[in-house]
Order: sequence, then C-alpha cells, then structure tokens
Amino acid sequence: MSADLLQFLVAGVTVGACYGLVGVGFSIIYNASQVINFAQGEFVMIAGLGTTSLLAAGMPYAVAIALGVLITVLVGVALEALAIAPARQSSVVTLIIITVGASIFLRGAAELVWGRNFRSLPPFSGAEPIALGGAVIQPQSLWVLGGTAISVVLLSLFFAATRSGKAMLATACNPNVALLLGIDTRAVLRLSFAIAALLGGIAGVLIAPISLTYTDVGVMLGLKGFCAAILGGLGNPFGAVVGGLIVGVTEALTAGYLSSAYKDAVAFVMILVVLIVMPRGLFGAKAGERV
Amino acid sequence: MTQLVVEGLHKSFGAFAVLHDLTFSIREGSIHSIIGPNGAGKTTLFNVITGLYPPTHGRVLFNGADITGRPAHALAALGISRTFQNLQIFLNMSALDNVLVGYHLSCRPRLLPSLFRWPAVVRRDHEYRQRAEQLMAFVGLSAFVGAEASAMPYGALKRLELARALAVQPKMLLLDEPAAGLNPKETGDLDTLIQRIAERGVTIVLVEHDMRLVWAVSNHILVLDEGRKLAEGTGAEVRHNPDVVAAYLGEGGRHR
Amino acid sequence: MVDHRRKGTRGLVLLALIIVALPAVIPNAYIYDVVILIGINAIVCIGLNLLIGYAGQISLGHAGFFGLGAYASPLLSDRLDWPPALALLAAAMAVGLLSFAVAKPILKLRGHYLAMATLGLGIIISIVLNQEGQLTGGPDGMPVPPFSLLGQRAEGEATWYWIVGALLLATVWLTLNLVDSPVGRALRALHGSEVAAAVTGIDVLRYKIMVFVLSAVLASVAGSVYAHYAGFITPSEATFFRSIEFVTMVVLGGMASTFGALIGAALLTALPQVLTPLQDYQMLTFGAVLVGTMVFMPKGLVPSLAERLARHRR
Repeated sequence: MSADLLQFLVAGVTVGACYGLVGVGFSIIYNASQVINFAQGEFVMIAGLGTTSLLAAGMPYAVAIALGVLITVLVGVALEALAIAPARQSSVVTLIIITVGASIFLRGAAELVWGRNFRSLPPFSGAEPIALGGAVIQPQSLWVLGGTAISVVLLSLFFAATRSGKAMLATACNPNVALLLGIDTRAVLRLSFAIAALLGGIAGVLIAPISLTYTDVGVMLGLKGFCAAILGGLGNPFGAVVGGLIVGVTEALTAGYLSSAYKDAVAFVMILVVLIVMPRGLFGAKAGERV
Repeated sequence: MTQLVVEGLHKSFGAFAVLHDLTFSIREGSIHSIIGPNGAGKTTLFNVITGLYPPTHGRVLFNGADITGRPAHALAALGISRTFQNLQIFLNMSALDNVLVGYHLSCRPRLLPSLFRWPAVVRRDHEYRQRAEQLMAFVGLSAFVGAEASAMPYGALKRLELARALAVQPKMLLLDEPAAGLNPKETGDLDTLIQRIAERGVTIVLVEHDMRLVWAVSNHILVLDEGRKLAEGTGAEVRHNPDVVAAYLGEGGRHR
Repeated sequence: MVDHRRKGTRGLVLLALIIVALPAVIPNAYIYDVVILIGINAIVCIGLNLLIGYAGQISLGHAGFFGLGAYASPLLSDRLDWPPALALLAAAMAVGLLSFAVAKPILKLRGHYLAMATLGLGIIISIVLNQEGQLTGGPDGMPVPPFSLLGQRAEGEATWYWIVGALLLATVWLTLNLVDSPVGRALRALHGSEVAAAVTGIDVLRYKIMVFVLSAVLASVAGSVYAHYAGFITPSEATFFRSIEFVTMVVLGGMASTFGALIGAALLTALPQVLTPLQDYQMLTFGAVLVGTMVFMPKGLVPSLAERLARHRR
C-alpha cells in the first residue's frame, strides 16, 4: 500500500468516525419518532464552540469538554420539548420544516454568541504525529477512533442491558405496541434527543482539534452524518457507523486522487445515489415510508 | 361474460403469506361478494386487483387483458374503481372537488390550457361540476354540495367516496366494507343504492361484514379464509356449504 | 368553488392596483430596490408553494434553480452574445430540462427522503457554482451585462419595477388559473391521499414531476431577472440558507395560498431591510419564524386570518 493511500485512508476513517456518530444520532431519533432531525449537525457545532469558550474561561480541559457536551445534551432536550413535542401529530413536511427552522435558529444564536470566526481546540494529548508505514497519524485521530468505538460499545450495552434502552428498541419496532406495553413513548423521544445530542456533542469535541470549529461546521457534518445513516440503513444505528466510515474514506480518496474542490460534493452525490438506487441502505431492516 | 379472472394469485409480505394460490372469476354485471373473517386477505386482494400492490405471483385478467402489476392509475383508466375500508377522502378539498377529482380521466387535463384558462377548459369544467352535483344527489349527498370534506360526518364521507369512485365511470367497482361504521339508518338504503349502481351496468365487487347486506344484494359469493378460497357460489350454496358452516358461521365467536 | 374563483380574481385586481399605485408613494431608490426584491422572491415562492402547499411535496434546494437561472442567463448573453431575453428563456428551458431529468428518480421518494435529496441537489449546484471559477467567477461572483429587449435597455429602478411587477402579475394570474383547474385539483388530491388519487386515475408521479419542473422554471426565471437587475451575481444566491429563506416565506405566508406566498415573501424580504439592526439576528429570526409558525399556526398567516375572518362573519 502506498504511503499516500494509507494517509488518505487514515484521514478518511478519522473524519468518517465522526460522520458515523452523527449518523447514529439521526437513526436513534428516527427510530423513536420517524422524524429526521435536521438540527443534528448543530449539536456538533455547539459542543465544539462551547468547549472553546469554557476552556478560554480558564477551566481544566477535561471539565470544559464534559460541560461542553452537557450543554449540548441540554440543548437537545430543550429542542425536543419546545419544538418537536408540541407538533408530534403534524405532517412529515411540517416536522421537516420545524427541525430545519430549529437548526437555522441554533446557528443564528451561535453566531451571536461566538461570532463568525474559526476557532480550534488543542489536541487532547500532544501534537507529535505518529509514523505508521510511511503515513503519519495525529494522536487526536486515535482519540477520535477510540472515542467512537467506546461510544458505540456503551450504546449497544445501553440497548441490551437497561430498561430504557429496551424501551427504545421496542418503540423503534412498533410504537403502538410499545404504548400498549406501558412504555412511555414520550419519554423515549426525549431520551432519543438527549442521546443524539450526546453523540453529536462527543463527535464535536473529538473532531474540533483536527478540523476547526465554527458556526457553520454543523451544516456539512450534519448532512454527511445523514448520508452515513442512509447508507447504513436508516434506523440501524450501527449501520450508520459503517456508513460514516464509507463516506469518510470515499471523500478522502476523492480529495486525494480526483479533486479536492469537489470533496464536499461527494457526500451529496452519495446521498442521491443511495436514496435512488437502494433507499434501504446497506443494512436497512426497515423500508422507506409505506404507501 | 367473464370480466375479471384471478389466476393462482399469491401475495406475501416478507415471510408472511396473505393470499395463497387464489383462483376465481367475476361475471360482468354481477354483484359479487367476498366474505371472510378479518385477516382473510380481502383488502389485500382488493389492493392487488386495483394495482396498489404487485402480486408475488399469479395473474389478473380484466376483460381478457393481462393487467397484473399495472399501476393503479392505468387500471382506473381501464374502468376499475374502488372505495376504501379506512376512507381515503381528500380532506383538504371541498366535497364537490372530491367528486370532481373522480372525473380526472374524463377531463384529460393538460398543463398549458389550464395555465391560460382556455375557454374550452372553463366550459368543460362547468359541465363536470353539474355532473358531479348530479352524482352527489344520486348517492344522497345533495345537502353537502357546498361543504368542505373535513366538516362532513363519517357516514356522509363514505357516500362521498362512493360518488368519487362512480365519477371515474367504472366498468367494475370494488367496495371495501361500505356499511362499516354506519348506523342502521345509514345502512338502510345502501342495498338499493348498490343495486341501482349495478343496474347502470357496473360490475360490483363487495367486501362486507354486514351479512344482511351481503345476502340482500349478492348474485355470487366467494368465501376466503386465511388467504385461501373456502367456498363459492350463490348465497344459498354458500350458506349450506359444510366447510363454511364449520369454519365461519359455525364458530359464532369468531365473527360478529 | 365559483366563490373561490371570484376571490382569486378580486385578489388579482387588487394586486394590479397596488402595483400601479405604489410608485406614487415610493420615496426613493432604496425602497424601490426592496419592492423589486419582494417581487422577485414572490415569484419563486408562488412557484414553490405549488409544490409544497398544493402538492404537499418538499424542496430544500430551490435556491439551486434560482442560482442556475441567475448564472445561465448572463453567461449565455455574455459569452455567446445571445439577446438577453432569449438567454433568459433558454436558461429557463435548460433548468426545466435539468429539473425534469432529476425529478423522476427524486420524486419517487417521500417525506424526509425527498427533503434530503432536494437539499443534496441544491448543495451540489451551489458547490459547482463556487468551484467552476473560470465560468462563474467562483465565490467572488461575476458582473452581469444589462438586460435589453428589442434594443431597449432596462436601466434604473423604475424600469425594473414595471418589469418585475408585470412578471409577478402574470405569475399570480397563471397560478390562480392552474390551481382552479383540473390540474390544480389533481395536485391537491395527491396531497390529500396519494392512494386515492392513484385509483381515481391520477398518475401521481407525473403530476409531482410536472409541478416540480414548473416551480423550478419559475425560480430560474426569477433568478435570471434578479441577476440582470442586480448587475452582479454571487453563489450566495444559491446557498442552502437561501433555499430555506424561500421555504420560510411560503410557510409563514400560508401553504396552499398564492397570496399567502406573496405576503410571506413581502414580510420576510422587507423586515430585515427595514429593521437594519435586525441584520445580525436574521438567521435567528428566520429559524424562530419557521418553528413558531409550524407549531402555533401551521396553516400560515393568510389562511389562518381568512379562517378567523370567516368565523367572525358567521
């Protein structure tokens, strides 16, 4: 394997892991409510920018990260309570417009708080690149991969071993039956926004030291995360991780070998192709909306 | 003359088979009822015949032509129309507009004449409005000509759907539980209405749980059970068929 | 429904009167500019409302078509030396063809999938406009030659006011006709129930494609007019946020209401201009307006007010 290729793969897998985390958030909310949360990318942005501010305020790095992610979770819960819950019975188009509006609102609010400048976080542990077969790996890449892996493992434990997790799975399978079984599907929805915000927040702080963070960072990350979720089969959280890696690697290879100008177009071409050719994605158990 | 032939029809959703190797035919001009317990596959059968679901295998012939797998709008053009068990009314429109949509195929609307409101479009629209009002009167909805669909009671909506289906000018009309959810008064003149539609030369295929209505109007009855044909024949033949008595009428608790 | 038509005609006459009377009270070129922008946005929104409000489909990428019209018309008239009016029509046709080509696979998708596909399409268009610098001038944009018809050059706010006013009036007239025709009924029908529309003989996909192409062509024409009027065009006219602006205008004014789309466009174009201090809060406001309208007044301003008025009269 050439050093170039290896380098591109490392970059692709790193950023792809973040797309995956964002994608898992899409899938979890979709499972709980059949809603696509267009504000998913804003979670990434809030966590990244929030942490830079907390750090600047003199907090220890670890505390700043924890608080940054916590703020993001609170925003996610507030979003559900203020914008989604009051409109639960609305049509799909209405719900789309609501989450799109929420994402624009959050971006507007972020611009007021943080301005339009690019900000960055320092790497979690040193900036000394690690050499690997001709390629170099930033230590932060390892944090990203490790963080993603741990998040995914904890998430699967949550689904398998806790009451809330099982309630979420049941609701995903059949909301009506879940309701009959006495599951509070309203609480499941709230929880799904909290978890989606948590995962988006984790992705946000993991990636911020590599790619700068700014108020519009969530747009592309959110959309690519959606591409990951679609590719992995919407509603299949772990498919989304694989989907994210595929999107990240394809993007990195395109940038490396074809055209860096059209790097960002890759994910959107993929969204179109996947939606049109195989709307169930690679591992989709669920079909699209039924006739 | 035979109008509809269903041959070896099979429909499954994933591993779950709803219709098994179903074969029967329907004569032109008859009132043909399909009965059976809930889950027997009656609505699925309607959905396959009207082109909403493709069958897993098997064929459907209409007036001798193979129509298997053709899209619903193409089948409407051939003269197959239907109502729905769970009402599919255009609630965002007026009652009259609901019926007018039924004349879609007769109108053959085109984009440019519609954009520029050619006199021919206006004239024809006026003509269809009158016909739609007559049709509403025919099903007993004269009082609702000016109403918004969303403001109409359930029983009236069922008739509205019937009027819309008739506006398609069908050769064959499939009625999916027309009496369900109606009070006895509302059901009362439904049998006369169905017979009057049949007298216009429209073949009626009726799925219904109200056995009084079924016995009153049917020339021919097909009994389905778990997606298979259990029996068929005239009312009397079916009523005395031992299989039907055992599986269907005999077990009082299984069916209302 | 005759009543419906009479109301539409009354609205059309009122709009014509307003367009004729307005110059008497417009004090300066700045207000002219705002009014012209309202007209251009309204044309896009009226088309988009056919798709969202009447047919019940969604597009989060219509700024892409607006942008294509904005770039294609000046490029054709500048590089190929075509008369601008011909270039505008050719651009509209090209956008029509492009939207037709993508509509078939895309409009088979529903709900969220359709939203994401149109969003992706819009962003791809915006990326292309940004990256093809030799043709478009890249992110810095490009100057646009002035518009002329039969040797007459369109210059100055007053001239453009009449051009845009006439176009807007024509758009409203055509739209009212369409909505009140069997085609318009078919569109509302597939919004109400796709299954029922199909069994009454409506080729659902064909009608979705038709209305998608129609709205894309209107956006393209509005885009071309905007480019020639402004004399300069940048890719910011084709961004995702611009697409959302159009959707917000439609939603605020009122879905399935042509005059609603017009009023939504007027309010949301004028407000940020009039309240300049709000400029920094534009995104915040648009987001809040979107969420607030959907949660508290899902039908939008005009239909909600009309309903209230009707109840009052009774």
